[in-house]
Amino acid sequence: MKFVCLECDEVMAFAERQIPGDGTLAAVFTCGGCGREMAMLTNPMETQLVSSMGVKIGGREVPAQPMELARTSLEGGRDDAFALSEDIPLADIEPEPGVESTTVSQAAGGRVVWTSDATGRLERVPSFVRGMVKRIYTDWAREKGVSEITPEIMDRARTELGLEGM
Amino acid sequence: MRNIRTYQEVTHDTGSELLEQVVDQQHRLAERLTQVRSVVAVASGKGGVGKSAVTANLAAALAAKGLSVGAVDADLNGPSLGRMLGVSGAQLSDRPSGVAPAKSPSGVLVMSMELLQQEADAPLRWREPAMGGFIWQSTVETGVLREFLGDVEWGTLDVLLVDVPPGTDKIGRLLELVPDLDQMLLVTTPSETARFVVSKSVRMAREAEVGTLALVSNMAGHTCTECGHVSDLFTGDGDKRLEQETGLPVWAEIPFDPRLGTATDSGTPLVITEPKARSSQAILALAERVVEHIS
Repeated sequence: MKFVCLECDEVMAFAERQIPGDGTLAAVFTCGGCGREMAMLTNPMETQLVSSMGVKIGGREVPAQPMELARTSLEGGRDDAFALSEDIPLADIEPEPGVESTTVSQAAGGRVVWTSDATGRLERVPSFVRGMVKRIYTDWAREKGVSEITPEIMDRARTELGLEGM
Repeated sequence: MRNIRTYQEVTHDTGSELLEQVVDQQHRLAERLTQVRSVVAVASGKGGVGKSAVTANLAAALAAKGLSVGAVDADLNGPSLGRMLGVSGAQLSDRPSGVAPAKSPSGVLVMSMELLQQEADAPLRWREPAMGGFIWQSTVETGVLREFLGDVEWGTLDVLLVDVPPGTDKIGRLLELVPDLDQMLLVTTPSETARFVVSKSVRMAREAEVGTLALVSNMAGHTCTECGHVSDLFTGDGDKRLEQETGLPVWAEIPFDPRLGTATDSGTPLVITEPKARSSQAILALAERVVEHIS
């Protein structure tokens, strides 16, 4: 799929993606020649067709997660299908001194503390995808140099990463 | 009429990165399969010929020989391999590098849709929108099969068996994902109808230049559990005709044995519970042939 600005005969470049939450999608493309912008709007079926491929228009903000398509697409996923790996514990372990935390993710690359509020919010995520979601937030925090994940940090990450419903 | 450049003429990248992501998926799958010596599809095209029971018993037979074996249940809509290999209810481990599969008592690593669904009697359903499902369902199911193959931490395997559901389109779907498939076992029966359907699968596999192709004649006679006498279960000779018409070798003739069904229903393949049974012997011999052809 490509868009050409007929005025300039230039290929329009992807600029922005918006997911309003109603199953539709808006992708903005810009002409490098004249600066004209256009938005491609897809209906839920068209949006689904793209996401069924396991791809995102404009590229991915986070690497593809193991079995991401199955986990995000399956209706009626088993609550206890996935045990969390040891490096992403949900149980309480070693909170940072002075920090009201319930979970510490200590995968390679540094510790990231989850506050109790953030953990509470994470626990509202269906367990079928919770491990995957937690890893995405943790990796994002580590990459940004954020050592403590709070609900506000989750909001920031969700906005930056375009994590609809996470 | 304006002269608008065609898609092929527009070579400049748009930045949508769709193609790059699809290529990346293919690379991830190929990378995962580099640790697998041989991918072996157990297919037919025809339903009800016993592909899953053959797959479960073959997997257990190979594992019993000391090989490292994985088994993918590619039948997303009617999964049965997990049950037959005794991993129902098993939990998968969620790791950054992939999902660790279930391990059967017979030592086979297993991935099946059954392990992901909450309710045993729930048909496979994908999230909304329901509208236009016929357009995107095939795409998402191919993607999920790709994840079963490529996102599971199989480790180093000698053989990865893939239990392919009925329909030649499902064989095509697998060949899209694994174009350099090492072996394909096409399961048939002496029935003429089975011959008719499986011949289409033979043609598809040949056109795809699958490394090694062979037939497996299942329900080739009925074994009396009292005296061991084998009598005809079908009056036809569709399996023999298929062998002659296609020139493919028959690697196994597996007689029908009710104990085989009972054993797989209980999650323990017959090759483990009764290795001396004629059906088990045929499957153990089949395992030998598969091993001989591992690249």
